[in-house]
Amino acid sequence: MDIFLQQLVNGLTLGAIYGLIAIGYTMVFGIIGMVNFAHGDVFMLSAFIGLIFFMALTQWLGLASQPLIFILVLLATMITTGFWNWAIERIAYRPLRHSFRLAPLISAIGVSIFLSNFVQLAQGPRNKAAPEFVSGLIHITLSQGDVTISYKQIFILLLTLILLLGFWFMVQKTPLGRAQRACAQDQRMAALLGIDVDRTISLTFIIGAALAAVAGIMFMIYYGIINFADGFIPGVKAFTAAVLGGIGSLPGAVLGGLLIGLIETFWAAYFSSDYKDVAAFSILAITLIFMPSGLLGRPDIEKV
Amino acid sequence: MSKPSALYTALKTSVRAGLITAALAFPILTFRLEQNPSNQLILEPHWSWLALATITTACLFFIISLSASLIALRRHERPAAPSRPISEHPLFHLCALTSLFAFPLIMLSALGAERSIIWINNYGIQILIYVMLGWGLNIVVGLAGLLDLGYVAFYAVGAYTYALLSTHFGLSFWLCLPLSGLFAASWGIILGFPVLRLRGDYLAIVTLAFGEIIRLVLINWSDVTNGSAGIYSIPRITFFGIPFTAGDDGFAAHFGLTFSPVHRTIFLYYLILCLAILTSLISHRLRALPIGRAWEALREDEIACRALGINTTRVKLTAFAIGAMCAGCAGAFFAVRQNFVNPDSFTFLESATILAIVVLGGMGSLIGVACAAAIMVGGTELLRELDFLKLIFGTGFNPAQYRMLIFGMAMVAIMIWKPRGFVAARVPSIFLKRRSSIAAEHVKEGHG
Repeated sequence: MDIFLQQLVNGLTLGAIYGLIAIGYTMVFGIIGMVNFAHGDVFMLSAFIGLIFFMALTQWLGLASQPLIFILVLLATMITTGFWNWAIERIAYRPLRHSFRLAPLISAIGVSIFLSNFVQLAQGPRNKAAPEFVSGLIHITLSQGDVTISYKQIFILLLTLILLLGFWFMVQKTPLGRAQRACAQDQRMAALLGIDVDRTISLTFIIGAALAAVAGIMFMIYYGIINFADGFIPGVKAFTAAVLGGIGSLPGAVLGGLLIGLIETFWAAYFSSDYKDVAAFSILAITLIFMPSGLLGRPDIEKV
Repeated sequence: MSKPSALYTALKTSVRAGLITAALAFPILTFRLEQNPSNQLILEPHWSWLALATITTACLFFIISLSASLIALRRHERPAAPSRPISEHPLFHLCALTSLFAFPLIMLSALGAERSIIWINNYGIQILIYVMLGWGLNIVVGLAGLLDLGYVAFYAVGAYTYALLSTHFGLSFWLCLPLSGLFAASWGIILGFPVLRLRGDYLAIVTLAFGEIIRLVLINWSDVTNGSAGIYSIPRITFFGIPFTAGDDGFAAHFGLTFSPVHRTIFLYYLILCLAILTSLISHRLRALPIGRAWEALREDEIACRALGINTTRVKLTAFAIGAMCAGCAGAFFAVRQNFVNPDSFTFLESATILAIVVLGGMGSLIGVACAAAIMVGGTELLRELDFLKLIFGTGFNPAQYRMLIFGMAMVAIMIWKPRGFVAARVPSIFLKRRSSIAAEHVKEGHG
């Protein structure tokens, strides 16, 4: 029981990170119908940017207050990563929006290769160990044994919850959210009704990148180590989460993220950690083959 | 549009691009995270890198913008006559084949045995492997319209088949080559079967998942595959049984030549050339057969195919199997050339490279795919040779580091510039009165 509860907490923390990345995939797919292959690398880039801001604030400006540092790092990283994704969309995807179906995918693969090699060249190929940020543990004693929860985990789960509530409010209640949903349904009609489609798509990319930036900082805090190659596997897992939840569905992305995080953690705890990535990839394949619309997605009806 | 205004636009574009680059590169490129001797993380400022990146991008955008407006100006004056692709010239194939067969001999006589090995190996063999893989994937993606992002899995199956059969059972390469093809083809059918219902992007992602699963199994199933260390001392290629060694029973002694390692390299070159030509012949001839026509019909419209009574299951599976077979044979060749295999050679990046070659070449066009392979693989190899750049940027500058960076940028740039690939025309395999090529815009890419 204690192992189960422990793994439940660990899995939810990991799942929160995957869920935040998955929103970026699912939003972009919902609005322009493309698999944004570079999103995992944007996430990796944001972890590096976050670490740089953190170092600059603590070492050069000598800030000591942890909450202040954290909020500043978070905001600066979200803005910078959003700007990156804006530029990527502008250069690599927008000219191809009305091109043939494979073109944006190939372009996105190119961006992904570019980003990981760019970070490798700029920051070096070795692992970067991030300094301990939120430290401290809570021990909960149960009748069967102890469960250890770190402040990091509570912090990550709380922050995810707050962000998701804010995000949900934005999509449901603000003019931007309405414009996004309208563009996802019918771009031409949305344009006829006076919505700036280009601007909406740009903002979608910026918001997706900002959420990925939060996930990147969480990843850095949680694992304490980042590498230029860390974009691919979390990226594919987050994509799996988006597919599992039903691609295009925002609650589905979060649900899928949590499920993937839990499955991965429990698989590693009860079976073998060697094959935990195989488990994630198998879920991706099985979901797409047997349940292509996912848990919460709408079925894709084919018209002739 | 007059010339000063073109200059003004170009300047404006370049200043804007430079400013954006500076803003983007400011944190990530300017401050490098480094470990100091006491193992603490510190920030190392590199303002010169930021300046260099900004200036390079600004210049690049200036040139692009200026040349774009100049081309637009010229096109405005005099519409260009539609040009016939050079690949349709009757002598083209003959010339191409002759130069391909002559390439190692020219290199050998020009550079001598020692230095020509690198050229034949890095350019000839390396490019031809990708040409063969590109032609193999072209059957799946270009003809049948099934987007496959895990193609490298079959390449891995072929390589490991030869590696395991030759090290454990001592089977010769010539027996393993068809076996590798068969094994890979059966894996193509096994993996193809569950994905028959999927289309487009979903198919791409599932094949990507399968490719990664095979690689992860190769890493983790250490008892058989020796994990990430890979399999070493795979038997080398023989000249139909005669080894390329310096001894009395070696190739050189048999044919009265002085021993040189270049003999093996040249033999490998001709082997992969023959395999690649065989692949092209297969895919070229299959296009004219009912099965090939069914592939192309499937690419154009799957529902119409079904309505006409084509068994789409069989058509898709044959495409997967034949494509995988080519990759399997290429894999066996890769293993015999390298003498060792490990899972690092079969990452997603390889699949992406092969797919990029097929798409950039113009899906379905054999010549285009070959050109794309030569440009993408040869171009990145060529960066290793650009030593003169060290004179400009200092001795610490290593152009080979920028290979993949430029590769990624080139993928994006070519997609924007020529989304239909280098050779954007198709020649139909069946026609009513006269054969005329069709612009690629009219060919669908398939939703397979």
